[in-house]
Amino acid sequence: MRLEPRAETSLALNLLAPVSALLVSLLICGLLVAIAGASILPTFGLVVKGAFGSQFAFLETLTRSTPLIFTGLAAAVAFRAKLWNIGAEAQLYMGAIVCVVLGTGLVPLPSVVLIPLILIAGALAGAVTLLGPALLKTRFGVDEVVTTLLLNFIVLLFVSLLLEGPLKDPMGMGWPQSSRVIADAALPKLIHGKRLHFGFVLAVLSAVAVWFINVRTTFGYEMRAVGHNSRAAAFAGIPVNAVVMKTALLSGGLAGLAGVSEVAGLKGNLTLDLSPGFGYTGIVVAMLALLHPLGVVVTAIFVAAVFVGADAMSRSAGVPSYIANVMVAVSLLSMVVAVMFTRFKVSWK
Amino acid sequence: MTDIRSTQPEVVLRLRHISKSFGNLTANDDISFDLRRGEVIALLGENGAGKTTLMNILFGHYIADSGDIEAFGRTLPPGKPRAAIEAGIGMVHQHFTLADNLSVLDNISLGTESLWRLKSDRSAIRKRILDLAQTFGLAVNPDARIADLSVGERQRVEILKALYREAKILILDEPTAVLTPQETNALFDTLRRLVAEGLSVIFISHKLYEVLAVSHRVLVLRSGKLAAERETGATSREELAELMVGRPVTPPRVVPQQAGEPVWEMTGVTIRGKLGQKLLEDASLTLRAGEIIGIAGVSGNGQSTLADLISGLVKPESGQVRYRGQAIANWHPAAMVSEGIARIPEDRHAVGLVGDMSVAENVIAECYRQPPFSKRGLIDWSAARDFAQRIIRDYEVKCPSPQAITRLLSGGNMQKLILGRVLSPEPVLVLANQPTRGLDIGAVTYVHQQLLAVRQRGGAVLLISEDLDEVLTLSDRVVVMYHGRLSSAMPRDAVSIQQLGLMMAGQDMRGEGYAA
Amino acid sequence: MDAFEIIFTTTLWVAAIRIASPLIFATLGELICERAGVLNLGIEGIMVAGSFAGWVTVYAGGDLWLGVLVAALVGAIFGLLHGVLVVPLGLSQHVTGIGITLLASSLTYFVYRLLFPSLTSPPRITPFKPLPLPGLSQIPFLGEALFSQTALTYLAFIAVGVVAYILYRTPIGLAVRTVGENPAAVEAQGIDVTWIRIGAVMCGSALMAVGGAFLTMSAVDAFYINMVNGRGWICIALVVFGSWRPGKALLGAVLFAAFDAYQIRLQQKYGAAIPYQVFLMLPYILSILALVVMSRRAGYPRALMVPYRKGER
Repeated sequence: MRLEPRAETSLALNLLAPVSALLVSLLICGLLVAIAGASILPTFGLVVKGAFGSQFAFLETLTRSTPLIFTGLAAAVAFRAKLWNIGAEAQLYMGAIVCVVLGTGLVPLPSVVLIPLILIAGALAGAVTLLGPALLKTRFGVDEVVTTLLLNFIVLLFVSLLLEGPLKDPMGMGWPQSSRVIADAALPKLIHGKRLHFGFVLAVLSAVAVWFINVRTTFGYEMRAVGHNSRAAAFAGIPVNAVVMKTALLSGGLAGLAGVSEVAGLKGNLTLDLSPGFGYTGIVVAMLALLHPLGVVVTAIFVAAVFVGADAMSRSAGVPSYIANVMVAVSLLSMVVAVMFTRFKVSWK
Repeated sequence: MTDIRSTQPEVVLRLRHISKSFGNLTANDDISFDLRRGEVIALLGENGAGKTTLMNILFGHYIADSGDIEAFGRTLPPGKPRAAIEAGIGMVHQHFTLADNLSVLDNISLGTESLWRLKSDRSAIRKRILDLAQTFGLAVNPDARIADLSVGERQRVEILKALYREAKILILDEPTAVLTPQETNALFDTLRRLVAEGLSVIFISHKLYEVLAVSHRVLVLRSGKLAAERETGATSREELAELMVGRPVTPPRVVPQQAGEPVWEMTGVTIRGKLGQKLLEDASLTLRAGEIIGIAGVSGNGQSTLADLISGLVKPESGQVRYRGQAIANWHPAAMVSEGIARIPEDRHAVGLVGDMSVAENVIAECYRQPPFSKRGLIDWSAARDFAQRIIRDYEVKCPSPQAITRLLSGGNMQKLILGRVLSPEPVLVLANQPTRGLDIGAVTYVHQQLLAVRQRGGAVLLISEDLDEVLTLSDRVVVMYHGRLSSAMPRDAVSIQQLGLMMAGQDMRGEGYAA
Repeated sequence: MDAFEIIFTTTLWVAAIRIASPLIFATLGELICERAGVLNLGIEGIMVAGSFAGWVTVYAGGDLWLGVLVAALVGAIFGLLHGVLVVPLGLSQHVTGIGITLLASSLTYFVYRLLFPSLTSPPRITPFKPLPLPGLSQIPFLGEALFSQTALTYLAFIAVGVVAYILYRTPIGLAVRTVGENPAAVEAQGIDVTWIRIGAVMCGSALMAVGGAFLTMSAVDAFYINMVNGRGWICIALVVFGSWRPGKALLGAVLFAAFDAYQIRLQQKYGAAIPYQVFLMLPYILSILALVVMSRRAGYPRALMVPYRKGER
């Protein structure tokens, strides 16, 4: 068997790829549902209903998609430049920490000033977190995959340290959690009385901004060139190391915003379970979107729907909600395979 | 050489009606020939004539669309390198298939024992390697790491690898491309020894004088077809050249002209590698406007460091460089480009172009920061497309549109694209590093014309090439590079191939004065 | 006892060897994959899957060694999946590896929750017991540290020797090493690059899974969510630290484990003054430092992460 590059890819094939990837994922998850002793189609029905079946469900899905859009963008930006940032989880928590430090009353400012301040500071915290691995990569050639992965564990321990020390909520009855952010630091809700908050709008705007950077700016061009062929980029005079650092700042910053948005928009305080793996899931979101920033919004909503729907289904049908994680992992793998077949054709000679 | 075929020996290899196409490209079209015992056949052809494809079919890397191959009377199953090896066919690839970090012994023994043996019999392997080396005069240390060997020694390992597998038919793909003329002669001696022992050889080359020196019979391939077959004794260089190209060949005309002011003056430049070894040592060179200086040398003697220096990728550690009379303040590729230095890189796929980006995106790679291509950080794509369109037209790049993906272009068109990118701003100095490697004759001619045009309008050209013919045809002066050092520049008419060969092997350095 | 004296206590080294055992298995596994030119970021998930597979086999009434075998088998299956995706299909080894980790761990947790829906305390098994080797365990200090461990620990040390022997002394080992350096050289000898690589990834993944199984069958006696806790990623750092050589990787794993055991003891000693999280961070920080120090002289396999397609040179 041999793979030969296709000269061009038809539109039909490009559309077929994600559809077939989705079908494969559904098939495999259907199998698991059957193994769990539930009937397949009604269970899937429950998932869809749980994600989109009511205004509450739909808003919940959008709320859950908010951090995923941010971490998905973080991965999309970094992967485009072949900077393997697997540390969005750490960057998210750093953003959240800064949000709690500034937002719980330390700087009493009106919300029009305070909210932009915590957003910027949180993004900076995330950006700086990725700067370390990026520096090690450009300076010493240390693989950023391992360093960003290990940083996830270090930062989570750091959060634990803070929550049992300086950031511990004195009213928290001993739980490792921070104080709540003050009202002026809280992101406004989009619909009164519902959980969906301004963070979602910000996430969509970020996606548009990243898209604009990609297609129209010299920086976007540089990231693409470095990602596709860094030697050729360096030869042509593109400052590769500077581009990697700038990419790291942008990617880390987006992941940091995820943390700010979760704390200031939804949870109100920092806990050790602020993120159930949003950083890792962001990678899947980005890959499903083929690293396209506007696509990230769509795939983030899809992935959020899988999680929200599976939670609801799990309560009524008794199939473990980990089925959502399986679904997401399978769709990642089947998507990369499908994309490969849009670029190569199999020849049996 | 003497003809050892007194009677007609048996046919050891027979190719019948081999055809193979890739998409629309017919690489091999109905090729048939016989190889006899003790015979050297030269397979002559331009790049892209289908020589390598044919040999890959013979060796089982590719499967032919039609036709079959018989070795020692038995039909070879297609697509099985293993079967080819077992039938006694050994192949020395143009790019050696050796693992650099492993020892000679490891490389030779790979695949000769059953994979499921619990122990490798290394002492027996070592003994056999030393015996073979003795028999065929191929001295080599079995425990040396490949990375520490010279190119000539690596080739010996490749030949030993084939002999170790009891090859009776040896295929050598462009074996002299990386050798000095003297190493080439040593290789020819080895080949004579091999045929004297009863082996048969297929020698693939596009160099006429080698073909005439070593073969009994010449097969000429042209555009995938077997264009002609000649007894070596009954043909001439001129006839073969014409057969190979398909029309009378006229070498490019170089009109003598007076060189102008110095453009690139370099004195005593030394650059070290990561391990502290000197990549460029005390190198001095003066390149003037309106001249072409050719750098001859076996690859790996510091040419890439010299190219990196002029490309702005590395800085001199000591010594001086003056460009148009000024010291260079900023060693960076972008700075070199803006100073009017055009750089044609050695490897167009890996370094010259970003294959997965479009033609338009590639042509602006060196100038995207300047107007009209960008303003205040925003790229003007219509300006980029217009520029790409102009290059496609002016430099005869065959490509559907500026939006086409670059990796789909042929090698020649990629090189034209690079020429267009670097030459259209009318550069002062052109660095051309192996500018015609792997190109077909049409593209080679085109590149040569472009370099000569630069010279004619008063530009300076530094041509780095492994192809001595190319260096001697185009250059006003020739410099030999050996172990990171540069010889003084010698007028073209004052040097012979033999002399260059000696210098390339590091001998006769003082005679012609390596700048020490 | 001051901080320095702890280093010479037997208990420290007993713990170090125990902590090192899963790391040795998994590091060897990753090393085999990388020597064949394939980065396997599935390691973390494969360890999770192995830890559960081994444990659940024993819980279901199987023999301990059957559990180890089942874990290895499960690891090999995930290895096969990773191998097929990155070798013949040539997908990104980074993305696929992360995908395998996500898949293996989520599938494991799914099955775990399916079999044990709502248990407050996890069920337990009878794990491997310490097996003092007659004679050897009597040696002062060394005997207790090295020769009074469980059978699985001995297996880890034996595995290092076996892997080193296979890599450097057998034809198949030579093929694996060459395929990681220059696959074209292997194909030119008529050996199938694809199968050598997939085979290596399967064997490597099986070892990773056994490393995971050590956690539930020898270190403790139960399975917990998140119990692998980044050990896989640390093993990737250890492969670099060990310059892709089994012996050095063993040394790295033991040193690392000794440090880990040491920080636990320091925690007990200085816990009041310094938050325990700082100590827990140290192993991860140490891994990063090791990567930085070793990055300069990395003798990495030249074809690592380079997909190979037949006939392309």
